[in-house]
Parts: sequence; structure tokens; C-alpha cells
Amino acid sequence: MPDTTRAPADREITFAQAIREALAEEMRRDSTVFILGEDVAEAGTPFKVLAGLLEEFGKERVLDTPISEAGFTGLAVGAAMTGMRPVVDIMFGDFVTLTMDQMVNQAAKVHYMSGGKWRVPMVMRTTMGATRRSAAQHSQSLHAWFCHVPGLKVVLPSTPYDAKGLLKAAIRDENPVVFFEDKMMYKLKGPVPAEDYTVPLGVADVKRVGEDITLIATSSMVQVALGAAALLEEIGISAEVVDPRTMWPLDEKTLIDSAKKTSRVIVLDEGYERYGVTAELASVVATGAFYDLDAPVKRMGAMHVPIPFSPPLEDATVPTEQTVFEAARTMCGK
Amino acid sequence: MTTAAQPNEISEKTDLLLHMYRRMVAIRQFEAQVNELYTRALMPGLAHLYIGEEAVAVGVCEALEQTDYITSTHRGHGHCLAKGASPDHMFAELLGKKAGYCKGKGGSMHIADPATGNLGANAIVCGSAGIATGAAFSARSLQNGRVAVCFFGEGALGQGVLYEVMNLAQLFKLPVIYVCENNLYSEYTHYSETTAGDILARATAFGLEAASVDGQDVRAVYAVAQRLVDRARRGDGPGFLVCNTYRYHGHHVGDINREYYRPKQEEQIWKTERDPIANFGKWLAEQKLADAASLDRVHSDLEAEMKKAVDFAVATPYPAVDEVGEDVYA
Repeated sequence: MPDTTRAPADREITFAQAIREALAEEMRRDSTVFILGEDVAEAGTPFKVLAGLLEEFGKERVLDTPISEAGFTGLAVGAAMTGMRPVVDIMFGDFVTLTMDQMVNQAAKVHYMSGGKWRVPMVMRTTMGATRRSAAQHSQSLHAWFCHVPGLKVVLPSTPYDAKGLLKAAIRDENPVVFFEDKMMYKLKGPVPAEDYTVPLGVADVKRVGEDITLIATSSMVQVALGAAALLEEIGISAEVVDPRTMWPLDEKTLIDSAKKTSRVIVLDEGYERYGVTAELASVVATGAFYDLDAPVKRMGAMHVPIPFSPPLEDATVPTEQTVFEAARTMCGK
Repeated sequence: MTTAAQPNEISEKTDLLLHMYRRMVAIRQFEAQVNELYTRALMPGLAHLYIGEEAVAVGVCEALEQTDYITSTHRGHGHCLAKGASPDHMFAELLGKKAGYCKGKGGSMHIADPATGNLGANAIVCGSAGIATGAAFSARSLQNGRVAVCFFGEGALGQGVLYEVMNLAQLFKLPVIYVCENNLYSEYTHYSETTAGDILARATAFGLEAASVDGQDVRAVYAVAQRLVDRARRGDGPGFLVCNTYRYHGHHVGDINREYYRPKQEEQIWKTERDPIANFGKWLAEQKLADAASLDRVHSDLEAEMKKAVDFAVATPYPAVDEVGEDVYA
């Protein structure tokens, strides 16, 4: 069921618990859903996101794999084509590079190349996000790569509520879906209904209503945008925060409507700013709300550098509440 | 102790042998028409002909049930036909027509057909190794008794993902057979220049049941394929089969002048001494299972059938341009 009614939740759980709950519910509902990846079984991943699933579902449905991202992702594509619904776990988003032929040349194209005859209902869950002091090969946010490929859907939840509903929708989807989880958000708590619900792919969410400026933000940047909005409120600027939630399908209308209302837009995303998703989102807004805009759309993403290890250097690579606050204040002329 | 075969057993076996002969000739006649379409500039793009390797696809696919899975390669027409695809829809696909197996969206290198268990031909070398392994994973999970066969050329031995999935297949005891068609050339390079060490040892290192066979002898291919398929179906794990064969034509239809990478004399020897169809026909005649006239008729019948299929494909319409955006998402 969609989230339109959004029943008030009487409990709060973490982002990681919401992910686990979504998987457990879908695995109970559908015996073809299974999980495979590195250290997903007894270990429950290094982030403990999957802890307890092995005990409930057993080794046949929670499978530890060798360190072979291309191999087990390829296996998932074939399993998805022939009656199963795999959920692949790629421990760090940086490791998606090893899966690219399976995702880009195989999973994404099978349906089209076969004239619609074969389907690939699989989910690839992986992580993104810097500032964990993990250096250049464990800190990237590479979701833009997948957004560039027709045939894939790309999901970036920003709250525990969205994480549960979007993951359940992704598992039920008939297409390959890449699902990015911000590592820094796993411990974030929020209201999540205990019952079954889905958040449909392709529906943006206004996380905060405002009048003067729109902050379009994805995943980790939603919390940054909300923090910046609170700072802006103190100086009399009312910021609206819009979360597209899925990069593809993309809810263009909600983004454009907000831009038309506020006439100023900053797009925030933790992927690289150069050729990144901020460019696409800014283009959608600039085209769709051109006559209503009072300023050029501004983009803020990761600096064009490999993520450095040293804390002061790493912190300088991604937008923060303070940098977003400053940019918004300048744009509003205050 | 041997028991004498019963008469109906003999006749079933004869039917199978003649059926395999017919299938091999069908592939050769199909490919002859493909070459013709290219030469007459009726076919968009290129195609990679399977002529010379017919015994491999037929010997392996005859050991499979219709519901079993195969994945194929850029040189895949033979696999599709051996698994039961119909030539008219294949030609239509090669010409980019709506009536093609993939509505014209796949072309020569991407023919897929769920009705015959064909998960699709793949234009990335070794690109389908994961898919075949995953199909075997489904068969094991759903306990439907199916087996998956992954066809690939010896060029795919250079791809790391092959070793990743063989490791997974053995760990999970999956019913999958990796069939390596060693036609000696990866595009324009002899395999000895690109392949270190022993081919079979690559599979036995992971504990796969591995075998090597004369890929020009359809009866030998069938026998060893059946053994590997049977044990995989029983749950005894994956297999690996090297079929030593030869590609009569170039890498693709446009690869005409080949002497810089292989001598004409070598081609001639394979064509005259090791031809899988001629030698099998000779054996059938020697065994008195068929006479020369009836075997000749197989060739002329299938040539006529393929021409008819080409006529269908030429006449049938292209897809409407507005279909370009369909089938991106399910």
C-alpha cells in the first residue's frame, strides 16, 4: 500500500533497523526473496544492518559469498531472470565498480534487448557517504553512474520511514533497482510504522515546507539541508526542503512546483558535483521553472578530488550545514 | 555384461542421430543464408557465423530438456537453433524486424527466447557466465530439476568473472555446465598467444567435473554432455566441457582476408578432413542408418526451408519508430 495516508508511527527505530525490517517482511511475504553478499550471514554486514536475518531465514536465503562482486552480482541477474528475487549486498559503494558489467551491460539491458521477454527483478543495496575517515576507496557516493544507465532505477532514502517503504517497493519492482544507503545515517532514528507499507518509486517528498528558497537534497544531504534550514529560519529566511527520494524514476513536477513557489533553488547531493546528479536536477528545475526563477540554480556536491583521509581535508570535500546556510543566505540577498 | 538393444531402442537412437544430423545441417544452411544476406547488403550490421562448430551446439543441446536453460555468445545462431528456435523469427531479428525474437531490438548478438529456455546471446565476451550460474541457482532453489548451460568461446578464458562464478557454482553445488568452444581464434589472435597453462586445469582447480572432447564429433559431444548434464541434474555439481572445434569463416562475415592470422591450408584441412557434418554423414551411411540420397535431401530441404524463412523476414515490417522507448522498464 502506498504511503499517502502516512499513518502516524507510535515508535521510533533506526535507519538500519528499518532496512532490516523491510527485508524481513519481504522475505516472509515472498519465498523467492533472498540475500547474498560478503559477510551478510553470521556477521550481518560490518554495519550489523542484517543482524538476525540468518537466524530467521537460514543459510539458503542469507548467503555469504566469496569476495567476488562481479560473480555474485552476475549470479543475481540470472537468478532474477528465472524466478528469484535477489537482494545483493555490496558492502561499500566504492565496490560497485567491480559489478559494472553485470549491472550496466547485463541487468539494465536484458529486458530491452530481449524485446521485453526477460525481466530482472533484483535489488542491489550498497552504501555511500564520506566523513567516516575511511579514505578514498571506502567513502565515495557513486549513484550518478547508475542514473546514467537506462533500464536501472536508483533509490536514495533519507529517513528510516522512507528506507523501509522504498526498499519494500524496490524488492517488489520488476526491474533492477540500485539502493544507496548513507553509512552515516544507519543510527539515525525516526518514526516507522510496524505494519506493511511501501513508498512508491518516483514520488518526491517535501521534508520541510518553506517560502523563500528551495533546497533540493538527496540522502545524506537531506539532514544537512534541514540543519541549514533551521539556521536560515533564525535570520528570517524560510527554506523548503524537497527530497526526490528516487533519482530514477524522477518526480520532476514536485521539484518544479517548489522552484516556482520559492523562485530560488540550491541542489545538494553528496556525489561529485562535476557531471553529477545535481547537474540533472538543476537542469530539470531551470527548464521547468525558468520564468519563475530569481537567481541561477546553484549546485553543491562533493569536491572534484578523491576523498582524503585526513579529517580536516575530508570535511572540506562535502557540503555542510554551514556552507549551505551561507550559500542560501547569499542567494536570498541577506 | 552387455545386453542386446531392443528394436525400439535402436529406432529411437536412429531417430536421435538423424535428428542431430538435420539440426547440424539446419545451422549450416541458416548461416549460409546469413552470409548471403550480408553479401547482398540486406542485413544491417555484422554477424558471426557458426559454420564448422555445429556439432558442439547440437551435441550439447540434445542432452538438454526444452525447459533447461542456455546462455549464448556473439557467435550464437547455432545455439539458438539447436535449442529449438525457429529460423523465420531469427532471420527477422537479424534484419531488425518487429517479428524478430526481440522485436528487432536485439539483433544477431542478442537473440533470446524464453519458450526454449534461451536466456539470451551476449555480446560481452563471458558476459553471460553470471546469468547462467544464476539460472542454475534458481533451479536449485526452486527445485525444478533444470540445468543451465553456459556457452562461451575460448577467448572468455581471459575474463576473471568466469573464475568467480565457477568458484560460486562449486561452493553452492549448482547444476550448471560451462561449455568452452575452443575454435582456436579469439577474433584475430591464436588462442595459444593469449592462454597460459592448461584449460581443463582451470576448472579442476575449483573441483568442477571437467572433460575435453572432439567438438567435430557430435556423438562424442552428446555423450559427454549427457554425462555432465545428468550428474548436474542429480545435484552432483557443476561441469566444464572443452569442445575442440574450428570456425570456418572469419571472426565475422566481413573478415574475408584472414591469411595474416591463419593460413588457408589450415582452413582447408579442417574443412576437408574434419567437417562435422560430412564425417557424421559418412558414419551414418557406413552404419546403414541412412543412405546418401536421403542425406542429400536433408541439405536441399533445409536450404529451401531457410530461403523461405529469409523471404518471410525480408517481407515482414520494421517496428514502428515510436516503439523505441518501449521495454526499457518492465
